Amino acid sequence: MAEPTDMDALTPYARSLGIRLERREDDGTPVMRVEFDETVEGRPGHYHGGATGGLLETAGYALLRTELERRDRSAVLKPINITVQYLAAGKSQATYAKARITKLGRRSANLTVEAWQDDPQRPIATAVMNVLMAEPQG
Amino acid sequence: MTGEARKFDPAEATKFFTARGHSGWLGLTYSDHGDDWVELELPWREDLLGEEGQRVLASGPILSLMDMASGMAIWRTMDEFSAIATLDLRVDYVRPAREGASVFGRSQCYRLTRSAAFVRGLAHDGDAEDPVAHIQAVFMKIAPQSPVVPNG
Repeated sequence: MAEPTDMDALTPYARSLGIRLERREDDGTPVMRVEFDETVEGRPGHYHGGATGGLLETAGYALLRTELERRDRSAVLKPINITVQYLAAGKSQATYAKARITKLGRRSANLTVEAWQDDPQRPIATAVMNVLMAEPQG
Repeated sequence: MTGEARKFDPAEATKFFTARGHSGWLGLTYSDHGDDWVELELPWREDLLGEEGQRVLASGPILSLMDMASGMAIWRTMDEFSAIATLDLRVDYVRPAREGASVFGRSQCYRLTRSAAFVRGLAHDGDAEDPVAHIQAVFMKIAPQSPVVPNG
């Protein structure tokens, strides 16, 4: 049974920020959601760039964990880097994010992530991230 | 620190920006500044950990810290507060931050044009010579600037 649980997909940081699993797509890809409230607010009425970045990263890790579980692989995930492109201001409403694995290697993975509000076809931010997959207790 | 009196005071501004919102939730405080750079402090917090089973600060708070320090560095360099928006932010996480340590985010605005501001910086956990992350970012001014200079 490698059915991923909702909580497995979230770090303490992500839970604290108010990010949760909205749903899974047919292929298992997690769609993450964060409500607009004071913990994510930067400029009044808008998302802080850091909060949007945190949501993007969380969606990336959630998908990578899902895929590793599906393949019965265990790994400790460590960030290598992230590049975030901010395309539009995040307004005072819920924001969603989901990732795509561009390359899953033995030691590292490359992912692209998109965040949107009203329309998934019009992302408010995108990211490219590289994640190190270390041996457990390595 | 310079002798020249400036309008934008990073220490005072940090109090204002961290009174509420995302920066307030993170608990960011002022640390230090220079002519074109600002350093903020992110105190250690148990609920900001990353991967389960590791006592390591998540990467998200470092991204937020650097975004905020970068904005402050830009306002310091412009010597005024005007609305800016992050366009592009890259973070390289070169090593995990030490458990229990504050993380300091220092960002420098190395180039300011009429419409864009370019910054670079680092995050460290006590020794700036041994960073935990490096960043590079570009911000756009989103409010119309009053004096339009031809070479901006």
